[in-house]
Amino acid sequence: MPDRVPITVTVNGQRHVGDVEPRQLLVHFLRESLGLTGTHVGCDTSNCGACTVHLDGDAVKSCTVLAVQADGAEVTTIEGLGSEGSLHPLQEAFWEHHGLQCGYCTPGMIMAGADLLAKNPDPSEEEVREALAGNLCRCTGYHNIVKAVRSAAQEVRA
Amino acid sequence: MSTVEASEKWVGQALKRKEDPRMITGRGRYVDDMVAAGMLHMHVVRSTEAHAKIVSIDATGARELPGIFGVFTAEDLDLAAPLPMAWVPPGVELHSPEHWPLAKDEVKYVGQGVAIVLGSDKYGVVDAAEQVLVEYEPLPVVVDPEAALKEGSELVHPEFGTNKTHEWSLDGGDMDAAWQEADVVIERRIVNHRTAGAPIEPRVALADYRAGQLTLHLTSQNPHLIRLFLAGEFEMSEDHIRVVAPDVGGGFGVKISHYAEDVLVAWASKKLGRPVKWTETRSEHMSSTIHGRDQIDYVKVGAKRDGTITGLECTAIADLGAYYTLLTPFIPCFTGFVISGCYRIPNLSFKAIGVFTNKMATDATRGAGRPEATHLIEVMIEQLAAELDMDPLELRRKNFIPKEDFPAEVAIGIVYDSGDYHGSLDKLVANLDLDAFRREQAELRERGVHRGIGFSTWMEICGLAPSRVVGPSGVGLQAGFYESSYVRVHASGGVTVYSGTAPHGQGLDTSFAQIVADRLGVTPDQVDVIHGDTGTGPFGLGTYGSRSLAVGGESIARSAAKVVEKAKRIAAHQLEAAPEDIEVADGKFSVRGSPDKGMTLAEIAGGAYIPENLPEGMEPGLEETTFYDPENFVFPFGAHACVVDVDVDTGKVDIVRYLAVDDCGPAINPKLIDGQIHGGIVHAIGQALYERIHYDEDGQLVTGTFVDYALPSAADVPSFETDRTETPSPVNSLGVKGVGEAGTIAASPAIVNAVIDALRPVGVTYIDMPLSPQNVWATIQGAKGNGVPPDPGKQGGSWDEHGSGSAGSGPTSPSEGGGS
Repeated sequence: MPDRVPITVTVNGQRHVGDVEPRQLLVHFLRESLGLTGTHVGCDTSNCGACTVHLDGDAVKSCTVLAVQADGAEVTTIEGLGSEGSLHPLQEAFWEHHGLQCGYCTPGMIMAGADLLAKNPDPSEEEVREALAGNLCRCTGYHNIVKAVRSAAQEVRA
Repeated sequence: MSTVEASEKWVGQALKRKEDPRMITGRGRYVDDMVAAGMLHMHVVRSTEAHAKIVSIDATGARELPGIFGVFTAEDLDLAAPLPMAWVPPGVELHSPEHWPLAKDEVKYVGQGVAIVLGSDKYGVVDAAEQVLVEYEPLPVVVDPEAALKEGSELVHPEFGTNKTHEWSLDGGDMDAAWQEADVVIERRIVNHRTAGAPIEPRVALADYRAGQLTLHLTSQNPHLIRLFLAGEFEMSEDHIRVVAPDVGGGFGVKISHYAEDVLVAWASKKLGRPVKWTETRSEHMSSTIHGRDQIDYVKVGAKRDGTITGLECTAIADLGAYYTLLTPFIPCFTGFVISGCYRIPNLSFKAIGVFTNKMATDATRGAGRPEATHLIEVMIEQLAAELDMDPLELRRKNFIPKEDFPAEVAIGIVYDSGDYHGSLDKLVANLDLDAFRREQAELRERGVHRGIGFSTWMEICGLAPSRVVGPSGVGLQAGFYESSYVRVHASGGVTVYSGTAPHGQGLDTSFAQIVADRLGVTPDQVDVIHGDTGTGPFGLGTYGSRSLAVGGESIARSAAKVVEKAKRIAAHQLEAAPEDIEVADGKFSVRGSPDKGMTLAEIAGGAYIPENLPEGMEPGLEETTFYDPENFVFPFGAHACVVDVDVDTGKVDIVRYLAVDDCGPAINPKLIDGQIHGGIVHAIGQALYERIHYDEDGQLVTGTFVDYALPSAADVPSFETDRTETPSPVNSLGVKGVGEAGTIAASPAIVNAVIDALRPVGVTYIDMPLSPQNVWATIQGAKGNGVPPDPGKQGGSWDEHGSGSAGSGPTSPSEGGGS
């Protein structure tokens, strides 16, 4: 068994102290050690983006980050973005515009969208599509996802 | 059944989904989110060879690692039955190899399970699996399905003496007459290459066997069938098994089949006395979850000079892989069921020839045989139009089955329930402004921009299905195809609806609630829909074949009608009126003409559960069950148009506009219909432009991850212009037809036709999918006479040499491919 390494990560505002294998992926730390199962795994090559979370304010694919790399960092997952009763404008917009079907890619898609809106509050359709190119969805054909992100952008600006 | 007039208050509204609040907040519950105390992880050691004898398996090193609870091979498995294949076609000789969850003696495709490793740590089982040493003695590999059919080919299953699995045909009319009457006959070899269903959630199974009871949480489209199969394999009574499909992250057909891993986790849990979970990696998904399509279609069409089609003939060579999953050899037959398309064709002949190769099995993926049919028919229509120098839409209109002919029997004996093919095409052309497009196209061509337009007027057969047609003595599937439901009104007036379907993204919690809310005079919020758990309701057949609304929804509507009938009798009794005078309006069951004299559903339910004042002889309670078996399939249809720009220097295709007019009957929830169409179209765009499962000459899977297998991203596709016509189906009381597969069945020929239209000025008259830049560029070069383009991906060709061409593709140059 490889040596374990102590880490401290603040996830959704809550400080967690963990003892992890150096090779453990951040996504597995979140899902399995912390039970935050809203972050999903859809591939093993960092293509699908279902595991997208925010690491110190930037969207990352948490299957491509080791848990030890998140030591001392702040992580936001879908569970920390908003909750029933106080939804983030993107969560509202995905619901309103039917931006999800099976819901599996949705957390990653919303986290990628949130990162975009933080950096570009008024993206064009093309900019939304480019920004989400690292997040795959097999259900929606992206039409309503793009609509939802642009609508949320308007909401955030208002 | 009494006829209930629904108030139609909720049906037809674009309601937001009931499913979404948990999913947008990360609180969905998928199988991989579940953990059981004491749970072990399973890892499957898979074959690295396409065809080889297993000389030895040495797991000594793996067993010695800490946290490893066992390594098992085929020898250890004591199962009463192999994996099922559910098609026994009457009168057809079909070679069916035994298919066990782990390979015995030989492996026959890359990715086939050889051993399982069980351990307490998710990473630890992967470490241990690397210590399982499997020695193989390679055997000859069969990759090209056409070569596999030739005399003297190496054999995948030598015991059958052939690689041909079966032949199945469907005919109508007289083909000799078809060719004699024709002024023009054209032939094409159309390749519909192998693809992956690729839901973003891979397959996951979590089994917990304890004290004679087995619970399996599974990413499944049909938990009841899985339970039935497990009962056979473990010689257990069905009632001792519970299969649960919670939130399922997409299916697209690949979660219909009963897979090896479903059995292996259950077996290991029983063996080791621990819950066992297996989570598929994407790489495993690409190699060991079923693939779709993979037909080579030899198509011949004849027509008179005025465009009247006299006959269509198709022989489909279907590459089925090494073993069958649930429906493998049946899927190509689906192509035959819709071989007439939207057209009145007097003479039709379809033949499917199945072939074993050293590859993963093909089976149902979104559309299952029908995308192949639409593709070959709609590509041939535009090829024929070019040959006749006729407008492709005029050619279609000339041969459409007219609206007034429905229900319409086509030459192969299938009766289409409803249709208005001229109607959807007319609406499409109006939305498109075709005249303006043609002017723009001409101007762009002068400026060197290669813009093209392609069409697809599609129909399909779905809503599986009448048991008498599809069942054992009909087509030969070993099951019934009804759907079960119950509608339960609780004592306080809340409603639970159970459906035997197993939705996984379709939004049926919402649309089913809309149907029931109207009938019971409540709101959709008061209606909870449950499904996907064999412990909660009667035997159901699941979600596939665009059946959930047309069969499952109708079943629910009938259960609701029965509840309403009983509720009316209770209300009538308590209000001292006749049951036939009770009407449901504004949330109340009231006496006609006296709207203030009425009872809410909650008041009626209270009376039903505290039965002090019920009509004489009435049982207490308020719930009803239905098993609905339809009289016919349903036949949705529509018209699609795709506009593309092709960069002739690089071969890159850009979709500029995509328009669709589809008809699935009256909309229950238009938002959900649009969503299904969008997703379906992009699934087909994926096949047409990007996606392809490719095996090399050694049977190695080259496209084994999402790096090599290109799913379209948001940046690769446009927004869509969708519209509808509504032609009710006479088959069910809702008038509805399926829509889950529609977009995928429709779209690929529109894209291919558009690219051919764009490239006609440079001499290209035909091209096979996928329309990768290399394939398109090489085809342009061939048309310009710059040498014959490489056969883009003849199975067995190397990836580097052939790029991402189409599997098993044959001649694609105009000279060889039979261009006009």
